[in-house]
Amino acid sequence: MVIGLAHYLTLAAILFTIGVAGIILNHKNIIVILMSVELILLAVNINLVAFSTQSGDLTGQVFALLILTVAAAEAAIGLAVLVAYYRNRGSIAVDDINALKG
Amino acid sequence: MYDLIVFLPLLGFLIAGLFGRQIGVRASELTTTGLLAVSALLAWVAFFSVGLSHDEQALVVPVANWLTSGKLAVAWALRIDTLTAVMLVVVGTVSFLVHVYSIGYMAEDPSRPRFFAYLSLFTFAMLMLVTADNLVQMFFGWEGVGLASYLLIGFWYDRPAANAAAIKAFVVNRVGDFGFALGIFLVFVLTGSVGFEQIFAAAPGIAGKTIHLWGFDGDALTVACLLLFMGAMGKSAQFLLHTWLPDAMEGPTPVSALIHAATMVTAGVFMVARLSPLFDLAPVALAVVTIVGATTAFFAATVGLVQNDIKRVIAYSTCSQLGYMFVGLGVGGYSLGIFHLFTHAFFKALLFLCAGSVITAMHHEQDMRAMGGLRKEIPVTFWMMMIGTLALTGVGIPFTSIGFAGFVSKDAIIEASYASTGFGATYAFVCVTLAAALTAFYSWRLVFMTFFGQRGDWAASPQAVAHGHDGHAHGDDHAHSDDHGHGDHAVRDSPQVMLVPLGVLALGAVVAGVAFRYWFIGGGYEGFWKHALFVGSDNKILETMEHVPAIVSLAPTLMMLIGFAVAYYMYIVDRRAPKALADANPALYRFLLNKWYFDELYDFLFVRPAFRIGRAFWKGGDGALIDGLGPDGISARVLDFARGAVRLQTGYVYHYAFAMLLGVAIIATWYLFGGIR
Repeated sequence: MVIGLAHYLTLAAILFTIGVAGIILNHKNIIVILMSVELILLAVNINLVAFSTQSGDLTGQVFALLILTVAAAEAAIGLAVLVAYYRNRGSIAVDDINALKG
Repeated sequence: MYDLIVFLPLLGFLIAGLFGRQIGVRASELTTTGLLAVSALLAWVAFFSVGLSHDEQALVVPVANWLTSGKLAVAWALRIDTLTAVMLVVVGTVSFLVHVYSIGYMAEDPSRPRFFAYLSLFTFAMLMLVTADNLVQMFFGWEGVGLASYLLIGFWYDRPAANAAAIKAFVVNRVGDFGFALGIFLVFVLTGSVGFEQIFAAAPGIAGKTIHLWGFDGDALTVACLLLFMGAMGKSAQFLLHTWLPDAMEGPTPVSALIHAATMVTAGVFMVARLSPLFDLAPVALAVVTIVGATTAFFAATVGLVQNDIKRVIAYSTCSQLGYMFVGLGVGGYSLGIFHLFTHAFFKALLFLCAGSVITAMHHEQDMRAMGGLRKEIPVTFWMMMIGTLALTGVGIPFTSIGFAGFVSKDAIIEASYASTGFGATYAFVCVTLAAALTAFYSWRLVFMTFFGQRGDWAASPQAVAHGHDGHAHGDDHAHSDDHGHGDHAVRDSPQVMLVPLGVLALGAVVAGVAFRYWFIGGGYEGFWKHALFVGSDNKILETMEHVPAIVSLAPTLMMLIGFAVAYYMYIVDRRAPKALADANPALYRFLLNKWYFDELYDFLFVRPAFRIGRAFWKGGDGALIDGLGPDGISARVLDFARGAVRLQTGYVYHYAFAMLLGVAIIATWYLFGGIR
């Protein structure tokens, strides 16, 4: 079986959906939300790389590397925020984080 | 001079009412009483100068132009003729004496300036009424006395009974005033004026006119007179509109004497006499006046037989005597009604003030069953009360005009009702003759129960005696706890300031009839009244009443003696008789004791339906409909909406994320399918 563009795109779509579902359905842990965000970024990366290969243009792969860097930085900041938040509130359960509510 | 008579009481009211706190209690009393004294003195001067003058025309003293609107021109003027002068004397004298008496009677009340201010306000309004030159000004005075009556009945406003009585008096009077106002409108429509002079001039011209009313044609003048008489019925507590008068006894006793015996309640009598040129042309209306008056005279006397509250007995007596006056008016003898008004003012005010003296002596006990044997303890009051009773029951020498005031005026009315050929006169004669016996009975019953026998003879058990306390000065009720073995209080006669007015009124009660008979209803009629009272050319009642059979002349005296004898037997000789009689006729006794069940009937017919309608409008109309659809409904919907919006804002990140996803999905779908199309 030849693995073509459609398979990559399908995989990316599945990853993206899992990421979104992780954000929406997860009521327990905010770290899981961070992980879901990473998953979505990965799906995007797969798309970028797949299209780059398909069209023979390296720009997409460069862009994917850039996104990986940004994602790493974002994860570091997100975790730092989480630690600070935990020190303040003593909990990082998603159901406890509703300070936005009026 | 006439300005002074009318406006001095107003000045007194303003001083005591506005500056009572600043000038103090004593100054308020002296100011109002002093001004009233001047006013009363001038009233007597006016009485003699007007009554003895040969000036045929009524004197009109213009004060101001009140209002002019199209054809309606209402002047503010004092109309002084003999009728006015008589009323000025009655109002001024009784009001002055009541002011003096109140200084003693109200001595322990903290709000005396207010009391005296109200008294003076009342006097002003009453003088405005009797000096009115037109119907509108009369209506002003009419409502003014109604207001003062309301304020004074409810003077002790911390007592619920007094408030209820004040409201009742006000509301019942509104019923009559409604008729009065309609009557004024109708008179204006018929004659194009509200001034007495113009109305009387136009009266003969409108005699035959008809008015279309609810599908049938009625005589316009009769309808107008009946409507005006409705006002008189309300103010003078006539049958069907009488229920407020006995309740009005919740007010202080001097108020009862001034307003609810001598002056205000006689305003209806005055009004009919003043409008005699109209009433004389409406025989049907006169017949109604006669019948209503006769019914009241009899009805109120029967109720008076069994009442136990000393003031209520006298109140029903007043009601009954007002009926006599209307009978006198109704049979065409307008001067008879006014004469009885004049004498009645003296002896009824005397009786009320005596009752007040008794109540003071008994430490604010009003129930006659708790009294007895007071003759020795308060001799002055006793003798004054005797004079009042003799005058009320009509003691005198038959076939002459020598006797106490009531004898002269009341017996004349009884004779006139016999002599009259008008419709209902025979009925009236029977009623007032029987009422004469009843009057004697209840008057002597009052005297015997209060002044003879022993204290507490009539109390079946001490607890059964309802304490009708007169409201103020409870302090001295408990001041004698040591040396009176039976818990009895020391009973002393009232102070001089209360006894002197009694003496003056007693003098009036003795001589008013004999002294003024010649002028009021005797040979001096023409020269005295001049044109103040209208008498039709075929109205010969004052002559024919002189020629009634001997038995008719004797009837009132006989009836009076019968009443006295029965009362003497039941309350002095055989003291078990009243109870035995009541036990033998329980239904009749209860019927009388409950005042013919009028209060219950009105409560059922008017009061409770009115409450129900009011509740329906309040709860259903205003609460459910207007508030429900209006402000309350809108605010509730806004709240509902806001609560929904609040529920959207959960504060959970994943909810917002879901909303964003949903939005993205929708936009994507929109573009996809939009792109296809």
